[in-house]
Amino acid sequence: MQMSRIVRTTADIAFPFILVYGFYIIIHGHLTPGGGFQGGAILASAMLLLLLAYRYHESIRHVRKTMMKTLESGGLLLFAFTALSAMALGAGYFYNWLSPGGVLFGDIVEVGSALANLNTAGLIPIMNLAVGIEVVGAVSVILLALLSGIKEKI
Amino acid sequence: MRRRLSIVLTLLTVMMLGVIVTGLSFGEPGAAPMDDYFIENSQSESGANNVVTAVLFDYRGLDTLGEAAVLFTAALGTTLIFRRRRDD
Repeated sequence: MQMSRIVRTTADIAFPFILVYGFYIIIHGHLTPGGGFQGGAILASAMLLLLLAYRYHESIRHVRKTMMKTLESGGLLLFAFTALSAMALGAGYFYNWLSPGGVLFGDIVEVGSALANLNTAGLIPIMNLAVGIEVVGAVSVILLALLSGIKEKI
Repeated sequence: MRRRLSIVLTLLTVMMLGVIVTGLSFGEPGAAPMDDYFIENSQSESGANNVVTAVLFDYRGLDTLGEAAVLFTAALGTTLIFRRRRDD
C-alpha cells in the first residue's frame, strides 16, 4: 500500500537527516553514548520509513535485499577480521594495537579529560562502524523478509 | 491445591521484591572494585572516552562478536521462514 503524498514527502525530507544522525551515532560511539548497535538501528529505521511510505515494489528498488545481505555479512566479517588483525602482529584476539600512537585513530587521550577527540581509541571506531553496517543490514533483511509476506494489490 | 499454590507463589514473589527494594541500597553496587577499575583505567588502556564502549568493544569484545553473530543468525532465520516458495 502506498501512503498519502504528505507522508511520502515527509519521508523523503526526513530520510537523509535520519541517515546523517545514524552515522553520527556510529562514528561517535567511543565518545558519546551510542555506538554501532544503536546507530545501525537508527539507519534501519530510515529504511523502514521508506518501506512504509512507498509501495513494496517501488521501495524494494531502493532498499535492495542483496545489498542488505552483503552489508550484513560484510559487516560481521569486517568485525571478526578487525579483531583477528591483532593476531597477525603477535598479540591476542581483540588486542587494541592501534590505540596509542597508531596511524588511524591513534591520538593519546588525556586521562580524566572529557574533551572529545574523534581521532582516538584505535580499533574501537572501526569495530563500531563494522557493527553498525552489520546491524543496518540485518534489521533491513528482517524487515524486507517480513514485508515480502504481504500480498498487496498493485 | 492450585489456588493455594498460586497464593504461595504470589507471597514468595512479593517477599523477593521486598528484599530487593529494602535490602539493597541504590547507587552502591555490590561488586564495586571491578567498576572502579573500569572507570579509572579504561581511558588510558583503550583510549576511548566512553567507558561503556571501552567495555563493549575492548574488554568484552568477544561478547560483542557473539552478539553480532546472534543478530546475523536472527536475520538468517527470518529469511528462512519467509522465503519465497516455488509456487508463488
